[in-house]
Amino acid sequence: MNSVSTALADSAIMLRRNLKHTLRNPLVLFNAVLFPIVLMLMFVKVLGGGFNVGESYIDYATPGLLVMAVSYGLGSTATAVNDDMTKGIINRFKAMDVSRGAVLTGQVVVTTVRCLVADAAIIGVAFAMGFDPGASALQWLGVVGLVLLLTIATSWLAVAMGLAAKTAESAGLATVPLIMLPFLSSAFVPADTMGAGVRQFAQYQPFTPIIETLRGLLAGDPKAHDTLAALAWCVGLALVGYVWAVSTFKKRA
Amino acid sequence: MSSSAIAVSGLRKAYGDKVVLDGIDFEVAQGSVFSMLGPNGAGKTTTVNVMATLLKADAGTVVVAGHDVATATKKVRASIGVTGQFAAVDELLTGRENLQLMADLKRVRSGRDTVTQLLERFDLVESADKASSTYSGGMRRKLDLAMTLVGRPQIIFLDEPTTGLDPRSRRTMWGIVRELVADGTTIFLTTQYLDEADHLSDRIVVLDDGRLVAQGTPEELKRQVPGTHVRLRFGGLDDLDTAARALAGSTRDDQELTLRVPSEGDSRSLRALLDTLDEHMINALEFSVHTPDLDDVFLALTGRTSAEVVAQ
Repeated sequence: MNSVSTALADSAIMLRRNLKHTLRNPLVLFNAVLFPIVLMLMFVKVLGGGFNVGESYIDYATPGLLVMAVSYGLGSTATAVNDDMTKGIINRFKAMDVSRGAVLTGQVVVTTVRCLVADAAIIGVAFAMGFDPGASALQWLGVVGLVLLLTIATSWLAVAMGLAAKTAESAGLATVPLIMLPFLSSAFVPADTMGAGVRQFAQYQPFTPIIETLRGLLAGDPKAHDTLAALAWCVGLALVGYVWAVSTFKKRA
Repeated sequence: MSSSAIAVSGLRKAYGDKVVLDGIDFEVAQGSVFSMLGPNGAGKTTTVNVMATLLKADAGTVVVAGHDVATATKKVRASIGVTGQFAAVDELLTGRENLQLMADLKRVRSGRDTVTQLLERFDLVESADKASSTYSGGMRRKLDLAMTLVGRPQIIFLDEPTTGLDPRSRRTMWGIVRELVADGTTIFLTTQYLDEADHLSDRIVVLDDGRLVAQGTPEELKRQVPGTHVRLRFGGLDDLDTAARALAGSTRDDQELTLRVPSEGDSRSLRALLDTLDEHMINALEFSVHTPDLDDVFLALTGRTSAEVVAQ
């Protein structure tokens, strides 16, 4: 077997392992899938009536909720990665010559799968609450593609944070900024209604163009400059996360 | 290629200013049990980690299964199994799944059969489908070792395999080590217990503060160590005088009023000793039998006890 197919087979084995972990850990599933829906109900049914966003609130909030559901799943990824590193099992894998990347890619893929499930659930609940997108089939494909890209990018960041943290607790804590970012973006209210300082932050932080792109795609009216900024942020975050993760992994080896 | 399973020469490793291994050399014959004896912090785990390709040496050459760990890392990894000090099992998976994971990663063809055999051999069948987080310490250690054996590695490193185990689990572990060697596997084990090294090993090295202070067969090593002895404490100097004259080869401590008498420690020699005391009508206030332990080895070889070494 050549090294690429070995690495792929190892990644598949690790993915199976991580999937079992996820399914056996109710808290992880709750955080990743149910909690975003709880927040969604709260924003749309409780708070949303008070916001004036110029359109049906469920149509406005759904893109932001898609992004938030992704970021909510990251804490458990960082914790799981850190757990693997601090318990003896990582040394076992290393001394067995499991492809170095497989341990990490397994985590990235399982996080991606989990986030896609969470986002599918969000879309499902959104439709149940009267979500009425104007997106074409191609634009829906664009939504899926961007969510996928965002998930992969932020998963690598979460993996890197898990590797860099000393304890599982601090690994979970390190991802809190990623979870907070959607709140300080145009996810729930337009950025230009925010106070000075916060407004500028919301306009220039990575999640805003991503959310705006999703919003545009779902409304059937994507803006080119948002899309470019969103893609650039995703690729940038993915690169930073990947390089950081791989170099930390080597250092801790 | 030499017939040694492991050949280490001039191995050095330091973390910053702290020298952990200060140039050590040893060879392990194929199909033998080789023990590295030493107190906590002597550098045993560091040595294992270098041989197991988990750590890079600063200097020296380490050849495992005929391959240099620095240049032929993959080949070394294909030939070895490592069981560390802390059970490296996946706690969210069951015992069976842990073993299957190893079989998958090592591409063992008849993985399922291998897993079943190992579960039977290690007496884990009953709990095979329970999460390993529910296992006792001894069971976890057994599962850990079973995982190491998947794929039949030629050389197995056991880093303090019995530390923290109850006496019965220790015996089981010793039995497994003997079976492995009978199958032709080479075992390198580290331990803090002289009796463990004594029972299992063909050869022992003693590591102290990053240097090898002794090596040899268990017999050679024990000859350098004060053997089993009886310690007697008396009520007065008169009794001590009489006893010291009556018991050949004994050493006295006038302040403590104690006498240290070499003895085999078996019932016959103890009865003979008590008879001698009776003949001279001496009564010992205290009577205790001491078998040599790691402390005695250390005292004999380094002039310090292992507790002092740890305290430094």
